[in-house]
Amino acid sequence: MGKMTGAQAILESLKLEGVETIFGLPGGVLLPLYDAIYESDIRHILVRHEQAAAHAADGYARATGRVGVCLATSGPGATNLVTGIATAYMDSVPMVAMTGQVPTSLIGKDAFQEADITGITIPVTKHSYLVKDAKDIPRIFREAFYIARTGRPGPVLIDLPRDVTVDELEFDYPEIHLPGYNPNLKVHSLQIKRAAAALMEAERPVIYVGGGVKYSDGHRELLQLAERIKAPVTTTLMGIGCFPEDHPLSLGMLGMHGTKYANYAIQEADLILAVGARFDDRVTGKVASFAPQAKIIHVDVDPAEIGKNVRVDIPVVGDAKSALAELAKAVGEKPWGTWYEKVAGWKGDYPLCYSTEGETIKPQCVLETICRLCPDAVIVTEVGQNQMWAAQFFTHKDPRHFISSGGLGTMGYGFPAAIGAKLGCPEKEVFDIAGDGSFQMNIQELATAVVNDVAVKVIILNNGVLGMVRQWQDLFYEKRFSNTTLYRVPDFVKVAEAYGALGLRAEKPSELEGVLLEAIESEVMTVVDVVISPDEKVSPMVPAGASLSEILELESADPAAQTPRSYAGPSVSEILELEG
Amino acid sequence: MHTIALIVENRPGVLVRIAGLFSRRGFNIDSLTVGSTDNPDYARMTITVDGDEVVLEQVTKQLNKLVNVIRVSELLSSESVERELAIIKVAARKEDRSEIMQIVSVFRAKIIDVSPRSLIVEVTGSDDKVEAMVRLLRQFGIKEMARTGKVSMVRGTKAMVP
Repeated sequence: MGKMTGAQAILESLKLEGVETIFGLPGGVLLPLYDAIYESDIRHILVRHEQAAAHAADGYARATGRVGVCLATSGPGATNLVTGIATAYMDSVPMVAMTGQVPTSLIGKDAFQEADITGITIPVTKHSYLVKDAKDIPRIFREAFYIARTGRPGPVLIDLPRDVTVDELEFDYPEIHLPGYNPNLKVHSLQIKRAAAALMEAERPVIYVGGGVKYSDGHRELLQLAERIKAPVTTTLMGIGCFPEDHPLSLGMLGMHGTKYANYAIQEADLILAVGARFDDRVTGKVASFAPQAKIIHVDVDPAEIGKNVRVDIPVVGDAKSALAELAKAVGEKPWGTWYEKVAGWKGDYPLCYSTEGETIKPQCVLETICRLCPDAVIVTEVGQNQMWAAQFFTHKDPRHFISSGGLGTMGYGFPAAIGAKLGCPEKEVFDIAGDGSFQMNIQELATAVVNDVAVKVIILNNGVLGMVRQWQDLFYEKRFSNTTLYRVPDFVKVAEAYGALGLRAEKPSELEGVLLEAIESEVMTVVDVVISPDEKVSPMVPAGASLSEILELESADPAAQTPRSYAGPSVSEILELEG
Repeated sequence: MHTIALIVENRPGVLVRIAGLFSRRGFNIDSLTVGSTDNPDYARMTITVDGDEVVLEQVTKQLNKLVNVIRVSELLSSESVERELAIIKVAARKEDRSEIMQIVSVFRAKIIDVSPRSLIVEVTGSDDKVEAMVRLLRQFGIKEMARTGKVSMVRGTKAMVP
């Protein structure tokens, strides 16, 4: 390929990895690289804050399944990426983060804009590289992309001192040789046999699905397995969309703000099949009393997850999709039975619901309306109440259509991630379900969206408070609302307009549908300010440290005035009739 | 206490990743040694960890996830040879010298430095032996001590190589 500079080699490597879009913001040490970008085919989206570059790359990766790429300069640019890298790490998102670095001769001298970014990010990256020699660039990039997307995906950081981007090298894209990295993808057939036998024996099985099923594209195999053995399926926040929520076997989400019926099913189950999920504390509640009667089968591509938080009876290390496919083959067809009847009964008795009394717009109703008007939309969320309502009240059916910061719980994630998702999937309608608190954490990205014609629809559920923290203050701190009031500042419609976006507002229930329709029909970046009450709560709720059985209904309104969201599902006889 | 042997890539930053993993996940390192192997591309580490079987399993799995870590293996003391080296500067008054030298001889240790008021003793052996030696020398007054931490290797022909 001949001689080229380090900067050209970086762009050549990105091209060979199929990268079309990167998100970044330049700086002093990146001048040679940005100079090469100037004449490159790669689409560079200039953000307004580096944190947004990382979140946008993350949203792009989650929506498309490809590796997201972000770029920031040395020092503060690099440290601004850290929250985004940590977010991607906690949710196992494939990402390559490139950072500028001071020249190798100045490293360690506290040079201008120097930060030890590989050191800072060790705990939140799958792996990282400090490039010391330009000739290593092709190898390192190839390895970085391979590590980021294989096994349990995750972010990989490449730190690029200025001089290695200028030095010349002979470009050669070498084969990967990583003796210390062998992701276990192939599942062990004996473990599959044991797991299948346990599934056949179980009388009350529940399949508990996490993000691993989404990342391995295993949703079809999951559906096949669940239908064969008639096992109800519950998903984590990360697993949302891996199982259609309008399916009779769907239990929706489990855990702290999961459905009552999912949590009851877990507590009554005699077998849990966990696939690509990690028994997070928000899922298990008090871990000692989680699924007390159940044997646990745990399928995960990361062996370190197995046995980390709960004892596991049958471990299966490997790719979720192949494990589910093998299991679906290994099990026999089971009849619809009393376990299904019981679960369907709970679904009828304890649906997700909210009070429709009063003159204010209900956030739950906002989600239901969006779902009705735009059922195939990609729903990106911020963090807090908005996130939980989006998880609960939109009927999710497709994987990669619900994008949310689960593990790290990063406020400010949603909007830049939505920009990334929209750029990755321009044909899809992308919503950012936001709170007024979260949206303000990366509000400056309105400029990025407007300048690049990215028509994201931000729906601000504006309660004028930091709602989730306030909810806890309300319930557990005697309504002492310490520092959770935001006073409905700023005027988001005016902010949107100032940036050149479309700003809309809905204040009364009667205005909601019209305003949402206008937003959906809009072809430009749109912000919808939906005024809701600060007292609206996310319900039901498992208090911190309590067992899943202790799930509480927080809505105190008259049940007659409540709108149930979920339906009980057909009875066994109706199903048999349908199946002929 | 568990002993884990690692073969790791001999590169800058590897030790930081391993040490960082231990502190981040709340594992307790009792001792850690690093040294070269016959192949200059790889180094060998021996780590002793405090914790039960569950902790050991997590430590092993998490170490295996590090890209620079090539092999991880628990070494059972019943199946391996273990050695530690210590050099101990012990106060040695005239009247104590012969007793110290007797202890040194019983432990097949060596005196590697002599001065009017102190001796430096070198002892090699299992950590129990080193411990016993230290206990016995304490009565004379230990002025300074440096221990290498344990290195360990499985008995027999089976070899741990990259």
